[in-house]
Amino acid sequence: MKQSIFTIVSNTALTDVVYKMVLEGDTSAILGCGQFVDLRLPEKYLRRPISVCDYDESTLTLIYKVVGSGTEIMASLPVGTKLDVLTGLGNGYDTSLSGDRPVLVGGGVGVPPMYNLCKKLIVEGRKPQVVLGFNAASEIFLADEFRALGAEVYIATADGSVGTKGFVTDVLKDLEYTYFYSCGPMPMFRAMEKVMTTSGQYSFEERMGCGFGACMGCTIQTANGYKRVCKDGPVFFREEVFA
Amino acid sequence: MNTKVNLCGIELSNPVIPASGTFGFGKEFAELYDINCLGTFSFKGTTLEPRFGNPTPRIAEFTGGMLNAVGLQNPGVDHVIKHELPEMKEFFHKPVMANVSGFSIEQYVKTCEKLDKEEQVGWLEVNISCPNVHGGGMSFGTDPYLAKEVTQAVKAVTTKPVIVKLSPNVTDIVSIARAVEEGGADGVSLINTVLGMRIDLNRRKPIIANKTGGMSGPALLPLAVRMVYQVYENVSIPIVGMGGVSSAEDVIELMLAGATAVEVGAANLVDPFACKRIVEELPAVMKKYRIENLTDIIGGAH
Repeated sequence: MKQSIFTIVSNTALTDVVYKMVLEGDTSAILGCGQFVDLRLPEKYLRRPISVCDYDESTLTLIYKVVGSGTEIMASLPVGTKLDVLTGLGNGYDTSLSGDRPVLVGGGVGVPPMYNLCKKLIVEGRKPQVVLGFNAASEIFLADEFRALGAEVYIATADGSVGTKGFVTDVLKDLEYTYFYSCGPMPMFRAMEKVMTTSGQYSFEERMGCGFGACMGCTIQTANGYKRVCKDGPVFFREEVFA
Repeated sequence: MNTKVNLCGIELSNPVIPASGTFGFGKEFAELYDINCLGTFSFKGTTLEPRFGNPTPRIAEFTGGMLNAVGLQNPGVDHVIKHELPEMKEFFHKPVMANVSGFSIEQYVKTCEKLDKEEQVGWLEVNISCPNVHGGGMSFGTDPYLAKEVTQAVKAVTTKPVIVKLSPNVTDIVSIARAVEEGGADGVSLINTVLGMRIDLNRRKPIIANKTGGMSGPALLPLAVRMVYQVYENVSIPIVGMGGVSSAEDVIELMLAGATAVEVGAANLVDPFACKRIVEELPAVMKKYRIENLTDIIGGAH
């Protein structure tokens, strides 16, 4: 983990409520895909944990949904704003287990961390398939970027306006894959538990205090005991959580 | 410039102490900086049996700080003695403050008795003020008779200094402080968090699963200063002050109110380097206020 100052180089809307923020700064503490950063925002006491969508040596891309007053402030920050950021938080995905044809499942604001993961899997010579779940066509983001990486992309929308009508599980039940990686809301994980046929990894979301393992604010119970989503996670093996 | 203070017979290189529940068992912070720069630290509240704590969400926020209802998640005293303390020995070489909670006098006694035997433990901080657990914790800290009884019972089985951590969720904190002094406490620490609640406007329900949570953060400083000031005038044992501290100035303010040492809580969670920064800023701030020896200013505002 590292604490450093980042500068916003762009902050634009992708949909009505989803924004993309690109920051410049020292990303050396980010060790892999599926980790998150913790931003200190003006007028807010607690930091905001946001998953890393993509990064390179000097830039960090975050995609976030405006869900409350904190993310509202984030969306209003102009280019040039300097932010105090903790980087390199959480464990991230283990790509060594993916097999040749893993499936990446992102639901809503769980989609962004799949991007960097997809990139890495392709670099490692895998052929990832990506299943994205949204409520409606107007809420879709990142699908073209996944296609540009060379991934096979399937979309499910709850209202049927694009792709398969229904949920990610309606796509997944007919798909063949060697392993799965997922990030999204708990109800999506529960639905996936009924259809997934391989081992896999889930990335969890939880309200956090510190983001680096000190306060025990985000603990969940697992088959291997109590785990802090921020420090022991956010990524957990399927077998650990839904034993 | 002398930052040393003496807390219940043990010298601290400076009065800065990360507060229990905001510093774990030190490990996460030792990865970031050499935590031997601290006076000491108060480790995660430990109970006789392991505890998961409360369901999540456990955290909420407000303009001047945060609320938590972790509910004393900890691995239990035996695990702490067998695993956390030996691990801590590798990166922390000073006496540590052992924070203890319980749900009955017997549990406090048994837990303290075990930790008292550990060489690394310098002080026992007996938490009779956790607002986030039911049927224990704070109930001992809101009744002077019970507070005294717990203190006496713990003192009877321990040799190390016993510091009783007091709740601000009372009408008269002085009466509780006096009661634990009568019970034989070697010191008091105050204040624990203040019971609060936030409601989610979308769901129209409390944000925290436990409904209520303990408030901490900068908004609490004036309350802490007032309570330390009042207690200082009414007891003769040392006070560890805490509540909303996030700078060297805040440390000095609480010491002027009557604190011998000062704990830093929520600040560690938003700035992992907060305590290191405060320790490093102390000499310059002392110079600014013409303080040669920190001990000289304890209770200086009276």
